[in-house]
Amino acid sequence: MDTTTFIIEKGTIIVVVFAITMLMAMYSTWAERKVAAFLQDRVGPNRAGWGGLLQPLADGLKLFTKEEFFPNTPNKFLFILGPGIAMSTALITSAVIPWGDKFHIFGKDVVLQATDLDVSILYIFGVLSIGVYGIMIGAWASNNKYSLMSAVRASSQMISYEVAMGLAIISILMMTGSLSLKEITIQQAEMKWNIFYQPLAFVIFLVCSFAETNRTPFDLAECESELIGGYHTEYSSMKMGFYLFAEYANMFISATILSVVFLGGYNYPGMEWAEQNWGVNIANIIAIAVLFAKICFFIFFYMWIRWTIPRFRYDQLMNLGWKILIPLAVLNIILTGIVMVLFN
Amino acid sequence: MLEIVFYILSAITLGTAFLTVYSKNPIHSAIYLVVSFFSIAGHYLLFNAQFLAMVHIIVYAGAIMVLLLFTLMLMNLNKEDEVSKPIYIKFAAVFSAGILALVLISALKTAQPEMIEYVSSNEDYQSIKVLGKVLLNEYMVPFEFASVLLLVSMIGAVLISKKEEKI
Repeated sequence: MDTTTFIIEKGTIIVVVFAITMLMAMYSTWAERKVAAFLQDRVGPNRAGWGGLLQPLADGLKLFTKEEFFPNTPNKFLFILGPGIAMSTALITSAVIPWGDKFHIFGKDVVLQATDLDVSILYIFGVLSIGVYGIMIGAWASNNKYSLMSAVRASSQMISYEVAMGLAIISILMMTGSLSLKEITIQQAEMKWNIFYQPLAFVIFLVCSFAETNRTPFDLAECESELIGGYHTEYSSMKMGFYLFAEYANMFISATILSVVFLGGYNYPGMEWAEQNWGVNIANIIAIAVLFAKICFFIFFYMWIRWTIPRFRYDQLMNLGWKILIPLAVLNIILTGIVMVLFN
Repeated sequence: MLEIVFYILSAITLGTAFLTVYSKNPIHSAIYLVVSFFSIAGHYLLFNAQFLAMVHIIVYAGAIMVLLLFTLMLMNLNKEDEVSKPIYIKFAAVFSAGILALVLISALKTAQPEMIEYVSSNEDYQSIKVLGKVLLNEYMVPFEFASVLLLVSMIGAVLISKKEEKI
């Protein structure tokens, strides 16, 4: 392929994906408040714009114009670095996600994925595992005991649940025989979704992704009743905005991974038929819409859980991770192995 | 182009490795070490060893260093309770690191002919498929030994941290 067109093509995809991630994260904050209002029989934000649709913009403006406050810390650089790491790790995961199959533009095929790594899933786990640095470094540099407690909680929680998450995904890899997300998506075409073959792995992965994104019921790192504001106690203005924004970006990304790995990604029944009768482009526009519908469902699910289930206690969290989820994931691997040997 | 990237990465690796040893604050040391690990992963990527780079990041930057930072943050490290390091211990440390480097170099030297075989057959020997087949067929026994070693150390750690029951 010509280098210039390659750079233009991939650059466009990256910029579009970045914009969409930001937009989704922005409107997740609005949706969260609307869902919370709905579940608690309230109205929710309804002043800025129709149905409060301009609320995220107003919030962003407010955060930008707030005073920047620095705590008395000897590590000013690390204090600024913290939110930056949190935000960038939340954004770079989207590089390996297949948003659709391909478009046919100007007589050539454009693959709707920034890069199809051979080791996509490992890449995601790698980025996930370094995501906690943003919280740890920022909280430690705040020079505040509450923030430090939060950092300690966040890192131990992250490490514990990463193990179960990795073990849960192994059973999927045993079935698909590939670490590439594109390959995994292609194998799920025509309703052969992994959730039907691996329901246990799906449940484990779902629970772990709640813990990895620091969402209720596992948001021990920012438990207000015990730690004031958790790791962002000392942060103000847009630096705090970055932490909050990173959480929503993380939520969007983990919803995407859940839908790609378990719900068939961009596949929908009759995609092949649509491709033959309506053309590649229309079939793939529907595919992208389908993927986003799945993502929105998961984002709603995250919010639904947040406003339904109370926060776990810290020891309960650790017990669930180490004594229930990890043995279950190992059991699932063994079961998958046995079934594969018996029926193939 | 690749050469420039290589030199930049090498400079970052060596610089941050030096700062790891040099900086007084243990947390700063740990953060420099993390940056160093990342640039080493970059070196792996230059060799097109994607699997190795990702596993390196997950294991070292993602797990080991997070745990290390975790313990460092819990400890209250001050100047006063820094352990004094006599000169002979420093010498021994340098000496043992040199011996380790020697072992690694000799191991890499013997690996060279194997690699040429793959290069001549034009097979992507960095891909996970080839790597998995080689590890679990040809090097099955050493691979399992390594896993048993890890298991033993894990059990040891659990035993040490276990509370002693009062009789």
